[in-house]
Amino acid sequence: MTVSQLIWAIVKIAIMVGFVFNMAAVLTWFDRRGGAAIQDRVGPNRAVFKIFGKEFRLAGMLHPAADGLKFFTKEFFMPPRADKLLFRLAPILSMVPVLALVAVIPFGDTLCTSDLWHASKGGVLGYIFPAVPRYGVCAIAHVQGSTVFPVDLLVAPLDVGVLYVFAMAGQGIVGAAIAGWASDNKFSLMGALRAASQMVSYEVAMGISLIGAMMIYGTVRLDEMVRWQGEHTWGIFAQPLAFIVFYTAATAENKRIPFDLPEAESELVSGYFTEYSGMSFGMFYFAEYMEIITVAMLTTTIFLGGYNLPFLHRDGLTIAFGDNVLLHQSMPHIWVTIFQVHAFFAKVLGLCFLHAVIRWSLPRFRYDQLMKLGWRVLLPLSLANVVVTGVVYMAIAKGGASLWNGLDVVAQSTQALVAFVLTVATLRLVVGFLRKRTHERLIVGSAGKMAAAAGGTPVTPMQA
Amino acid sequence: MIATYAPIILIITIAFSLASLFFFGHRLLGGAAKFSPGRMEPFESGSESSGARHVKLSVKFYLTAILFVVFDIEVVFLYPWAVRFKELGWTGMGTMVGFLAVLVVGLVYVWKKGALEWES
Repeated sequence: MTVSQLIWAIVKIAIMVGFVFNMAAVLTWFDRRGGAAIQDRVGPNRAVFKIFGKEFRLAGMLHPAADGLKFFTKEFFMPPRADKLLFRLAPILSMVPVLALVAVIPFGDTLCTSDLWHASKGGVLGYIFPAVPRYGVCAIAHVQGSTVFPVDLLVAPLDVGVLYVFAMAGQGIVGAAIAGWASDNKFSLMGALRAASQMVSYEVAMGISLIGAMMIYGTVRLDEMVRWQGEHTWGIFAQPLAFIVFYTAATAENKRIPFDLPEAESELVSGYFTEYSGMSFGMFYFAEYMEIITVAMLTTTIFLGGYNLPFLHRDGLTIAFGDNVLLHQSMPHIWVTIFQVHAFFAKVLGLCFLHAVIRWSLPRFRYDQLMKLGWRVLLPLSLANVVVTGVVYMAIAKGGASLWNGLDVVAQSTQALVAFVLTVATLRLVVGFLRKRTHERLIVGSAGKMAAAAGGTPVTPMQA
Repeated sequence: MIATYAPIILIITIAFSLASLFFFGHRLLGGAAKFSPGRMEPFESGSESSGARHVKLSVKFYLTAILFVVFDIEVVFLYPWAVRFKELGWTGMGTMVGFLAVLVVGLVYVWKKGALEWES
């Protein structure tokens, strides 16, 4: 391992861990602010930052920082009969695996540093960042006695890929189970057992749902999965059922509403972290939001094309249906990489947004419904998915070259569909931001109609 | 080899140090809680705690754990096949369908036996 590789590793870890940490803080804000928007409330807006007599509230964005400070200064409480070591270890154990999990998730294509190095000797601006070929591996260059390796934009290119993810995700159970066991509290223990049994139940469905995807991709390496999706079609089109099962199971894995039975307030006080105070509690809370981000990253990588944008390949923009190349625009390698990295993180944030919307729109399941969904619905569905995928693939493999070419065109059409949907969504967002705000009132129910007939309820200053 | 696995060790070390920083930062800044008889009781929403703290729990949790072990081992056997699925062709497919059939029989068995009931 050379020094430059070590530096790159540290930079990549800083990017991934930094993103997970900071976005978890932003998500704690968004969860409350977005929830307020959905429920037509104002939401958090009290935390204030004063400078030169001016107040900055930043739409409540300062709340995560205020929360963090407050968490740190709360006194550390431990029940007298708690298990001293395990009680202290549990919050650390719940936080570590989430951070370690991001090591195998690729956030960009391989950066061909040697090509950049060679070209920079040219000195002409247009020549500094050349395009690289679409296929093949990057060359290893020898510059002034030292070797320049291509840089994989993922922390560790492990061959076991997805298995490492499962190994790390499985450790999350340990933190919750230990916390409940060591807390010396009935409700904590029940919460911990619920958490453990829920997480192991959904882990089975999650594992089997990915088998179908792996059969199509033919690998467990996450970077190769993303590359396959870039060349063909996104996983969500190749394996729609696996996507649904995986996303549901993953939501259940990180114990979010509608699956938040382990910390059901109305039944179990606060579940397995009832007895924790201050930042020790904050670590469980924070780990939950970091899990949302890692789950969003995994879903993006396996089913939503990872860093791929439609028609954008390593050599530039190529719009082609079958053999008809409609457009080919060569693009500098560095620009393609920048677009791809941004695309990855944008997709992750989009999925986090979806998570918040789900959290505020669905009620909590009953415990038996939760377990039944895992064992009686998702598990048989994922098993059926494996068999159906196998049979369909074998049938297509017999179909010959013309069928494959037809499928290629279908795959490229899905890319066109994605490009269309993304464009429309972006335009809609821009229009939504630019449009003048109007208040629309939806009148639901007879009480609302009676109030509307009487001229409406008086408008308070907060609503106006 | 070392270039592949060293970043993993690095990221786990960083994760541990960050988590420890959070935890010990809280210990240092917050200080230990002062003793008072009321707050040392287990928190059960204000009602007095009674009976043993480590209560007896439903056997369902134990069953779930056993089922998890059974079906998760199945996943372990499926991974290598899934990766080589395209090369193995119909032979591999037939073998795996046989393997899955045995497990589906097992699933049907535990279902009919009532291991997948949680209301009672």
